[in-house]
Amino acid sequence: MSTTRAAPASSGRRAAAGRHEHGTDPDHRRLSWRDRLYRFDMRYMPYVLIAPFFLIFLIFGLFPLVFNGVVALRNYRLDDPTLTGWAGLANFRQLFGDDDFWNALYNTFGIFLLSSVPQLLFALIVASLLNRRLRAQTWWRVGVLLPYVTPIVASTMVFSVFFSRDSGMANWVLGLVGIGGDEPINWRADKLHAWIAIATMVNWKWIGYNALLYLAAMQSIPRDVYEAAAVDGAGPWRQLWRITVPMIQPVIVFTVILSTIGGFQLFIEPMLFDLNSQAATGGPNGEWQTIAQLIYKVGWKDLNLGYAAAMSWALFLIILVVAGINTLLTNRLSGGRSR
Amino acid sequence: MSAVDTAPPSPAVTTSRRRRAALMGRAPQDTPAGIGTYLLLATTMLFAAFPLYWMFVIATSNDEALAQIPPTVVPGDRFLVNLDEVFSLQDVYFAASLVNSVIVSTAVTAAMLFFCSLAGFAFAKLRFAGSRWLMLFVVLTLTVPNQLGVVALYIVMGKLGWNGTLLAVIVPGLVTAFGVFYMRQFIVNTVPDELVESARMDGATTMRVYRSIVLPAIRPALAVLGLLTFVATWNDFQWPLITLGGTDYPTSMVAISDLASGNYVIYRRVLAGAFVATIPLLIMLFIGGRQIVRGIMEGAVKS
Repeated sequence: MSTTRAAPASSGRRAAAGRHEHGTDPDHRRLSWRDRLYRFDMRYMPYVLIAPFFLIFLIFGLFPLVFNGVVALRNYRLDDPTLTGWAGLANFRQLFGDDDFWNALYNTFGIFLLSSVPQLLFALIVASLLNRRLRAQTWWRVGVLLPYVTPIVASTMVFSVFFSRDSGMANWVLGLVGIGGDEPINWRADKLHAWIAIATMVNWKWIGYNALLYLAAMQSIPRDVYEAAAVDGAGPWRQLWRITVPMIQPVIVFTVILSTIGGFQLFIEPMLFDLNSQAATGGPNGEWQTIAQLIYKVGWKDLNLGYAAAMSWALFLIILVVAGINTLLTNRLSGGRSR
Repeated sequence: MSAVDTAPPSPAVTTSRRRRAALMGRAPQDTPAGIGTYLLLATTMLFAAFPLYWMFVIATSNDEALAQIPPTVVPGDRFLVNLDEVFSLQDVYFAASLVNSVIVSTAVTAAMLFFCSLAGFAFAKLRFAGSRWLMLFVVLTLTVPNQLGVVALYIVMGKLGWNGTLLAVIVPGLVTAFGVFYMRQFIVNTVPDELVESARMDGATTMRVYRSIVLPAIRPALAVLGLLTFVATWNDFQWPLITLGGTDYPTSMVAISDLASGNYVIYRRVLAGAFVATIPLLIMLFIGGRQIVRGIMEGAVKS
């Protein structure tokens, strides 16, 4: 293709070179507006094109993140504008003694474990199912994305009915297999059950999405790897764990990081699972209040933005640490090449 | 299956084609799916679709049907009745919220496509001082979870006087690092350098090159980015709740959460509203499913 274009391109270059010399000719110091425009276009237009991103990001992305640190060190209450000034580390000190914070951290971690591990395991299995020669291949792939396009607000409301104590479908199904029975499970009464209910919503939402990420990686595994495996006599299940998983390890690490970042900012599900959602308490005694939810409550219900900002920073650090640990763990478990 | 494999390949049959056939050493994607695979996939589909179906069932039922044991799984005939109740609730502004969601999602999507393709084009095909560093900066910003700056963002919006207006949810999403990065990758791979150069030699301006060479080539990427952006913006909840909650201008997600608050929640109403707000996305998945799948498989990032 490039060879056929070579001739006209080079002749074009010659023509342009001529024009350029004409422009910088000492006898023609005064540039016409056309040349000015051309120079502006060549030199500055790229910056004009990328400027919107940097403008928006600096004002609404980077600045708030940095400013968040400043707010965390100040008294900043929406209900008492007169109370201002530096608070020093008071907000952070309050954090360490705050039972609500530790409870929310515990909940967030519990829900994260119950959602991320099954989520990624099921995604692997769904991906390996999709990674066959299928009839109507596109439709299967589109089908697993149904949860992905469904608003979490909408699906959480469905699951909220699903997990209701008296007439919920979850209890009915469990009753069929002999669990619960006379005493139906009250999904909103204790931590473990609430966590399971919320984790179910998260799993439902993200399995298909992660499966497609894995599928993409699986399809780029060189075919001869499987030829070699067949010689060793590996069946499909062993093939998945011994060949496919180690080969797609970078993507697995990527999804682990994604689900850590997402899981630790879990907000919609715990908010709307609550029968009294506007309170943002995550259950009568904070059974399933997550950190993101607590930040919302502290900031916009208790109107203490300074403390909410400090909590955001703490969450940021926690996410960094957990994502780091998870990356190391995943590297170990999925047995990829050491790097 | 493995019984065949145990025999060591005789040196006579080393042509890779015959070996593959003999040893079943086919890659999974070359292996036709068996009935078991189809059954498992069908089960997966059932799980994926059931909550949506059940949302519709509840949205079309009356209160008695909801309290029934075993639960109803057949849609009722009260969808319009329930919907009418949702639309006539005074303090929820459901009809307005749908309009708001359309405005916000359309504006954000249009702006994203425009700004991200321009910036992506600049990074992919234009030479300018500092382009490498600036692109590195864009990539680094991908790792910043902006939700963590939400408190300060609220204060910034307060200073601008935008809290409680649609501007607060539109403007921060006008152009994102991911969009720029995605468009850049696509343009690098699809628009040939020679084509841009020869247009340059013919005296085409930057915008002219964008319009007549880049834009026609990146239509598939625009479809992918547009669909993903629209879905993500439509479904966004946390920031819209913070800035628009309690005002007369909610997005549909905020309005649904309003429906779902209070001491006694009427689920057939909530889910009638939720179902209406889900329909546009289901239509998009139906029409643009192929593009959405491609976008995700090419490495789209969770919003």
